[in-house]
Amino acid sequence: MVIGNEGRYVLALDHLKLHSLRRRGFLRIAGTATACGALISCGRQSTPWRFLTAAEGRTLAAICEQIIPTDQTPGAAWAGVVNFIDRQLMGPYRRQQAAYRTGLREIDQAAVAKFGKDFASLDAQQQTGLIESLAGGQKRFFSTVIAHTMQGYYGDPRHGGNRDAVSWRMLGVPVIPIRGRYRYELPKQGA
Amino acid sequence: MALKHVNAVIVGAGAGGGVAASQLAAAGLSVVLLERGKWYTAADCRKDDLRNQRTSVLGNNSGPDEERNPRVAVDLNGQERVVLPSEGSYSNNAACVGGGTFTYGAQAWRYQEKDFRMAATYGVPEGSTLSDWPISYAELEPYYEKAEYEIGVSGDVSADPFHGPRRLPLPMPPLPVNREYAILKPAAQRAGLHPFDIPMLRNSVPYGGRPPCMQCRWCVGFACEVNAKCGTQNTAIPAALATGNCELRTGCMVREVMTDARGRSTGVAYYDADDKLREQTADIVIVSSAAVESARLLLNSKSKLHPAGLGNRYGWVGRNLQGHTYTGAWGIFDFDTYDDIGPGANIAVCDYNHGNPGLIGGAMLANEFIRLPYQFVGALPPGVPQWGRAHKDFMRQWYRRSIAIQGPTQEIPIADSRVEVDPKVKDFWGLPVARLSGGKHPKTMETSVAMADKAEAWLKAAGAIRTWKKLAGNGTSGGQHQAGTCRMGDDPRTSVVDKYCRVHDQDNLYVIDGSVHVTNGGFNPVLTIMAIAYYATERIVKGWKGRGV
Ligand SMILES: Cc1cc2nc3c(=O)[nH]c(=O)nc-3n(C[C@H](O)[C@H](O)[C@H](O)COP(=O)(O)OP(=O)(O)OC[C@H]3O[C@@H](n4cnc5c(N)ncnc54)[C@H](O)[C@@H]3O)c2cc1C
Ligand code: SF4
Repeated sequence: MVIGNEGRYVLALDHLKLHSLRRRGFLRIAGTATACGALISCGRQSTPWRFLTAAEGRTLAAICEQIIPTDQTPGAAWAGVVNFIDRQLMGPYRRQQAAYRTGLREIDQAAVAKFGKDFASLDAQQQTGLIESLAGGQKRFFSTVIAHTMQGYYGDPRHGGNRDAVSWRMLGVPVIPIRGRYRYELPKQGA
Repeated sequence: MALKHVNAVIVGAGAGGGVAASQLAAAGLSVVLLERGKWYTAADCRKDDLRNQRTSVLGNNSGPDEERNPRVAVDLNGQERVVLPSEGSYSNNAACVGGGTFTYGAQAWRYQEKDFRMAATYGVPEGSTLSDWPISYAELEPYYEKAEYEIGVSGDVSADPFHGPRRLPLPMPPLPVNREYAILKPAAQRAGLHPFDIPMLRNSVPYGGRPPCMQCRWCVGFACEVNAKCGTQNTAIPAALATGNCELRTGCMVREVMTDARGRSTGVAYYDADDKLREQTADIVIVSSAAVESARLLLNSKSKLHPAGLGNRYGWVGRNLQGHTYTGAWGIFDFDTYDDIGPGANIAVCDYNHGNPGLIGGAMLANEFIRLPYQFVGALPPGVPQWGRAHKDFMRQWYRRSIAIQGPTQEIPIADSRVEVDPKVKDFWGLPVARLSGGKHPKTMETSVAMADKAEAWLKAAGAIRTWKKLAGNGTSGGQHQAGTCRMGDDPRTSVVDKYCRVHDQDNLYVIDGSVHVTNGGFNPVLTIMAIAYYATERIVKGWKGRGV
């Protein structure tokens, strides 16, 4: 019976290094592509995002960071959760575009009404308090953002979040894509 | 446009349809197998934890197409909503060659003897349509065996005293076990239970020309990269094609079963991969589209003689929609339980399937497949917030130190849990979509809570330092274990097909898939679906006298 898994784990860490190098390269390219995309698609004031405005991105980053804060490991903002959500808003989440537009605006408005500053400019404690006071549609919007943030942080890095597999490393999950790949030849297509 | 006439046309290349095709083609009948989805390989469906048949927050990996196939879901308050395949209340299984078997968890359960005689064993609770099957475990036993050997099952049920009599052991030994197994097995034994190795449609040794499982992390919901998971797409369907008698057409969405002036089935009309309407005539028509879509197809096959749809003279098509009410428990331990050895689920007990005082039926309990990090996000004990520092701490501390045990509680069928066709909403091809509604019987809920208690007790016995239950809601049933919508029975007034899966008022129209299940056992359903397909097609072949059967 196999109980220990140490040998494989070392392999996994090696793989992780490779993975993160490759990934950084990828991010650079992806970043460029995004910038152009935004210019073509909206002609609005410049934004690094595909769907979000720069201001919305800032607010969203602050909300996501509340949901998964930085402690001894990086939080949602560093992990690229905003990049993840922005990307999905142009794909699988596209039905939620309007919810994001309204939800982010309303949370900023609530912050201004209460503290005279937008949400991202509040200190962490004020942000937490404000989130806890949300009700009705805003509370529902926040639940959506919780789900999306969890997906972006704990899901596969290929979708634009979980940078450098940061959450998988935090949990101690080997990052190797397929166990045993080294023992097997992949079957031919259609075989 | 009419195509060359064949002996049999089968709608759906999943568990039931794939097996049916292999048997008819082997007997020399000319067969056309129509599948609305594609024939994927593992290379088309990467291991993506957010986009698969289990976790579809970013979509499915094996269909159906998100834009073309809506359904309507009606909740218990009567609120109706158009839902897409990636949403939970859609009850998606799959749309591809292999159907659900392409990505399933591959647990290969035989139902127990009592599962075929639920009404005789427990009586009929008020408000339910609980009924016995017209066939027994003993009648199905040879076909269970055939499914186990033809498709391929590994495991070891010899330590399970509750299963029905069987002639042969499973064809393959169990896979090497993981750490959860080592923790749970002695605990179950100490508690007087009878733990054993789950039977799985998964190669543990080379079998059927395919290699053994490499025990990866991504199994349930995913395609297998080494083809070690046995589905109809790598067993029965290739076998059917190899006879030279079967033609598989993918991307073909069947619109209706056609009938002649006398009301007899003559074939099917379908939209081909270019969305052109085609007509395939056949001597025999077999509907194997899974419980929701098979009911929908019959209901959409209206004609003068069948104004309410085919087989629906007494209004039973679509009723008794059932799946399983999954409940169980989580436990956390003060040592690592996670060792990254897949597929994860490997140990079960059947001590609670029957004989629970005051309850009807029960469930097999087993450890859960490997939970990918995102799947653990919602596994919170009471008191842990859903976000913030405490949530992150919870994830970090317990992900590798948790075990989940759960079981599929057998549902008590009710007439109001049903599939209809929606009067307004149409799919891409203009066909009325399935409309799902109804809830669960109170006795089902009662049993499901008791099963959660049993799961929790097992975890405690295994040394969990904290445990909490996962309970289920009483909303619409269905899901990946969907069944029951064209139930089998001797009386045409209370069922849709006879004991050989033939639609009562038709001599050449069959339903062969989970739809015919009268009850769905306290087990995952697929081996029973396969066994019934072997059983029903054997009868068709024996009675086959050439054209015009
Ligand atoms: C992730 C996952 C895990 C599972 N795990 C297990 C498990 O461990 N054990 C178990 O027993 N079961 C499991 N199941 C369930 C199992 O896969 C199903 O019970 C089984 O596949 C159902 O068989 P079926 O023949 O009724 O339908 P399916 O296998 O779903 O096949 C129906 C086919 O018909 C096609 N179709 C539908 N409508 C049309 C139409 N109008 N025209 C043309 N084609 C059509 C569909 O595209 C589909 O391919 C799992 C399922 C999933 C998705
Ligand atoms: S656990 Fe085994 S059967 Fe499942 S996908 Fe991985 S290799 Fe294939």
